[in-house]
Amino acid sequence: MNYDLVIIGGGPAGLAAAVAARDNGIQSILIIERDKELGGILNQCIHNGFGLHTFKEELTGPEYASRFIDQVKEKNIEYKLNTMVMDISEDKIVTAMNKTDGMFMINAQAIILAMGCRERSRGALNIPGFRPAGVFSAGTAQRLVNIEGYMPGKRVVILGSGDIGLIMARRMTLEGAKVLAVAELMPYSGGLKRNIVQCLDDFNIPLYLSHTVIDIEGKERVEGITIAEVGPDRKPIPGTEIHYDCDTLLLSCGLLPENELSKAAGVAINPITSGPIVNDGLETNIDGIFACGNVLHVHDLVDFVSQEAANAGKNAARYIQGQTSNETKEIQVKAEDGVRYTVPCTIRPEVMDDNLCVRFRVGQVFKNSAIAVYFDNELISKRSKQVMAPGEMEQVILLKKKIEEYPNLSEITIKIEEA
Amino acid sequence: METKHLTCIGCPMGCQLTVKMKNKEVIEVTGNTCKKGDIYARKEVTNPTRIVTTSVPVNGGDLPMVSCKTKEDIPKDKIYDVIKSLENVCIDAPVSIGDIIISNVCDTGVDIVATKNVCVK
Repeated sequence: MNYDLVIIGGGPAGLAAAVAARDNGIQSILIIERDKELGGILNQCIHNGFGLHTFKEELTGPEYASRFIDQVKEKNIEYKLNTMVMDISEDKIVTAMNKTDGMFMINAQAIILAMGCRERSRGALNIPGFRPAGVFSAGTAQRLVNIEGYMPGKRVVILGSGDIGLIMARRMTLEGAKVLAVAELMPYSGGLKRNIVQCLDDFNIPLYLSHTVIDIEGKERVEGITIAEVGPDRKPIPGTEIHYDCDTLLLSCGLLPENELSKAAGVAINPITSGPIVNDGLETNIDGIFACGNVLHVHDLVDFVSQEAANAGKNAARYIQGQTSNETKEIQVKAEDGVRYTVPCTIRPEVMDDNLCVRFRVGQVFKNSAIAVYFDNELISKRSKQVMAPGEMEQVILLKKKIEEYPNLSEITIKIEEA
Repeated sequence: METKHLTCIGCPMGCQLTVKMKNKEVIEVTGNTCKKGDIYARKEVTNPTRIVTTSVPVNGGDLPMVSCKTKEDIPKDKIYDVIKSLENVCIDAPVSIGDIIISNVCDTGVDIVATKNVCVK
């Protein structure tokens, strides 16, 4: 089997990448999706708030997904469902399997990695206590309630105040469960203010900042959870314990890009994002393998995933059509002083877009600070922000015209400074 | 004089807003750092509304559930009534995005519509 472009994953990133690649002239495209339908995680995100940037209206997850699924179908882009990719090799041979075709191999000219991310599990959190039924990741509970139609429990404690946890606090409450508390290890929430107000405050669900779960009780099924306050060292403070009789613990403790396939292909991974290291064209260290969406770095807004993926699709098309060359100069983009990482990590001034969006996250909450951009040691721009938080992705736009004024430029640094 | 405390949802700042009211009329909003906070506070204390999203079972579909929403926002104090009205609702496949599941739910003048396509199994 031969395809010009194989896209691994049929969620928001894969769909937008496919549409953009087709719009840029690529006919032979295959999307491979392991679930039984396209749309990825959007299918279970039935709440509203998606698409304000892309469609200028507020859609639910399934509605947002359908806009892209419809385009994929209209453009006759091929896709395989219920199909699991087992391996990607450095020379771009994709090995996959499903029930009808068995195991098969595809030669691809280019590959776009769009596998998304997974939730951090109990095992990765090292929570002490028994291992009974009733401990779910928030996303698993979301799938059970919204897609399968099952309720995971009746009395619920949630660890982690990421947006999925907050959304599930409201969802479980509306479906008749009692959500007793949300505990957050950090002194600030990882979720949007809007979700704290509309998912917790609206339903009088308490949020305990600087708290964590210190015990899970119950042998067959969760019977109780104990939380405690943590000090600045994030260790529990004796005497601050609160006990809840409950049958369910939901975990909303962060997302991890799912890069097992990327690593097997030899794609270099950034230890901060756990996603591939990419250049301005979202191309990895392996020629013709691109990455976008949550497999590259975890996003807050699907609108930005779609934008990024469209960019990957366009660049993969240019690669397939032979319009790119690897003989170009590369400039490093460095993250310093409060900036945890940047995507992309390198920029090729000769082939970059006229306006290049560099996205990043800060490492802590900053108030009345500024985002500064340096070309080598020269301050190029400084933009004040009233507040920046790790939960909200930030961006700077780099202009090709400006970079061309500095022919000897070797690195661009983005940092947080006093306003 | 009545005083209400709110957290602004306009941006990550999350300004703590204080609203002074007299006879259900807003006298003053303080604590906001921009206009968004003022607009939000006035709406939230006089006419708070929300879009409600949930899902209902489907008969004979290729998926067991279909997601749905109130087509527009409804008064916040009717959230539970709206959910309650869907308690025993089960619809037949096929379902298309925008199909009306309940019209004029709880006399709000707002319909509950499907937000997903579900085919016949």
